[in-house]
Amino acid sequence: MDYTPHTPEEIAAMLEKVGARSLEDLYRHLPAEILNPPIALPEAQPEWAVLERLRALQAKNRPAHKAFLGGGIRSHHVPPVVQALAQRGEFLTAYTPYQPEVSQGVLQATFEYQTMMAELAGLEVANASLYDGASALAEGVLLALRETGRMGVVVSQGVHPEYRQVLRTYLEAVGAELKTVPLEGGRTPVFPVGEEVGAVVAQNPNFLGALEEMAPLAEAAHRAGALFVAVADPLSLALLKPPGAYGADIAVGDGQSLGLPMGFGGPHFGYLATKKAFVRQVPGRLVSETVDAEGRRGFILTLQAREQYIRRAKAKSNITTNAQLTALMGAMYLAALGPEGLKEVALKGVAQAHRLRALLLEIPGVEPFTPEPFFNEFALRLPKDPLWVRKALAERGFHGATPVPPEYGAGLALFAATELHGEEDLLAFRETLAEVLR
Amino acid sequence: MDIPKDRFYTKTHEWALPEGDTVLVGITDYAQDALGDVVYVELPEVGRTVEAGEAVAVVESVKTASDIYAPVAGEVVEVNLALEKSPELINQDPYGEGWIFRLRPRDMADLDGLLDASGYQEALEAGA
Repeated sequence: MDYTPHTPEEIAAMLEKVGARSLEDLYRHLPAEILNPPIALPEAQPEWAVLERLRALQAKNRPAHKAFLGGGIRSHHVPPVVQALAQRGEFLTAYTPYQPEVSQGVLQATFEYQTMMAELAGLEVANASLYDGASALAEGVLLALRETGRMGVVVSQGVHPEYRQVLRTYLEAVGAELKTVPLEGGRTPVFPVGEEVGAVVAQNPNFLGALEEMAPLAEAAHRAGALFVAVADPLSLALLKPPGAYGADIAVGDGQSLGLPMGFGGPHFGYLATKKAFVRQVPGRLVSETVDAEGRRGFILTLQAREQYIRRAKAKSNITTNAQLTALMGAMYLAALGPEGLKEVALKGVAQAHRLRALLLEIPGVEPFTPEPFFNEFALRLPKDPLWVRKALAERGFHGATPVPPEYGAGLALFAATELHGEEDLLAFRETLAEVLR
Repeated sequence: MDIPKDRFYTKTHEWALPEGDTVLVGITDYAQDALGDVVYVELPEVGRTVEAGEAVAVVESVKTASDIYAPVAGEVVEVNLALEKSPELINQDPYGEGWIFRLRPRDMADLDGLLDASGYQEALEAGA
C-alpha cells in the first residue's frame, strides 16, 4: 500500500476549494522570514568532497562491533536477513498500519512477534511491544498495581539501576510507594512482603549477571497477595526456565539481544508478557487472530477500548505507540535462528563469558565479584577506577568495563562476552586490560 | 425505540427501576443500540458508596468504552454477575436480563429529579 498522503491533483483540488492559486499563495499572509528563514550553510560542495568529509568524520569513531561492555546491552551478531527484511517498505514506515482492511501483513507479523515472546516468557499473552526494557518494567508494575488495587512496590537491587530510575519516575506520578531490597552476596534474598504491596520485582540474570532463585521470591509475593514481575533478557530464556514456569505473573525485558545493534543505547523494544486473566490490564497494543465475515483467517487490533487513543484519560496506559519495527526485527531474528539456533547463540555466550572471566582473573589485582552461576556478563573489582579503565581501554581500541554504580560497591565494572567473541579476541582483551591496570 | 413507562431515566441513557428500597440500574435500548456489540462490562464493587453522576461501571463495545453513571447517590448492593460471562445480555435485553447493578439510594425521593419515559423520549428527540 502506498502511504503518500496527497497527490499533486489532490493538492490542486484543495487549493481550488479554498480559492488559492498555489501553496505560496495559500501562505502569503505569513512573513517572509518565517516562510523561508535564512539558513547558514557552507557553499555547495561536489558530491565526492562531501563523501570525503563524511568518511573523515566516520574514521574518528571506534566501532563497538566486538564490545566487552556489560550492563544489559551487548554486541551480538545480527543476521543480514534481519536487516534486509526490516528495510522493506512494508515494514519500514512511519505510518501506523493497523487498519485490518489494508494491513494484514504487518498485523500478522506483529501477531507472530507476540506469539514468540509469549512462548519465550512461558506466559499466555504478550503485547505488541513497548519502547524498551525500562518502560516495559514500569508498565508491568502499573499493570500489577491496577490488578491488585494496591500501591506498594518492592524491587530488588538486582534490577538494572536505570530501569529502577524509570520505574521511580512512573510510580511517583501515580503516588505509589517504592522500596528497594538490597542484594546479599550479589543475589536477592527472600524477603517478607507486606499486605500493601501489589508488585514484587526481580531480574534474572540480575544486573550483576548472576542467576537468581526466582521461585521463592514469586512465592513470597503470592503469599502476600502481590503479583510477581520478572525482568528477563529474552536471549537468556533460550536456556533458563521461563518466567511463567517459576511463578511470574508478568515478564518484561529489553529485546536488544534479539537482533538489534547496540546503537548508542537504542532504539530497542520492550516486551511485556502476562497471564490471559490480566489481558484487559495490558498496556498498548494487542493483535489478535480472528475470522472475517466470510470465515477467512485474519488479524486485528483487539481490546482497543483500553487504549489511549480511544479512552484518553481513562486508558490503561498513556503509552500511545509501540516499537513496531524493532519488535518485528526481534521476530525476524527469532524466526531466522529458530529455537535451536537461539539456544546455540546463548550457550556460546555463556561459554565465552566464563572463559573471559577466568582469563581476566589472571590479571594481578582483579578480584571476582558476581557469584556463580552467572549468565553472559559479570562484575569484577578492579584495582583502578573503572571509569578511567574504560577510557584507557577505549584509547587502545577496546570497549569494555562498564562502571557499576557505587550502590553495589566500590571499584566494580561489568564485562560481557557473546557468540561474537573468539578465543583470540578474549586473549587480546586480557592483554590490553592487563596493560591498562599495570 | 423501546422506552418502558415503569422506570426513570437520565440524560446519559441510564434507566433506574425502583424495587422496594433499592433501584435496579441499566442502560437504555437507545444506548445499547448506539454502542453496538457489547463485549465486556466492568462492574463496580458491592458496598461502594457513590454520588449521583459518578462513573460506576464501564460498558465496552468493539469500538469504544463508555462510563455508566449512578442515577442517584447511594450504595451499590448487588451487581449482575451474569454480564461477566454474557455481556451481550445488554444488547439482547437492556431493560431486563441486561441490568448492571442495584443501588440502595440515600434518599428515594432523589428519583423524582430524573426523567420519566416521555421526558427521556423528548430528550432523545431534542438530541437527534
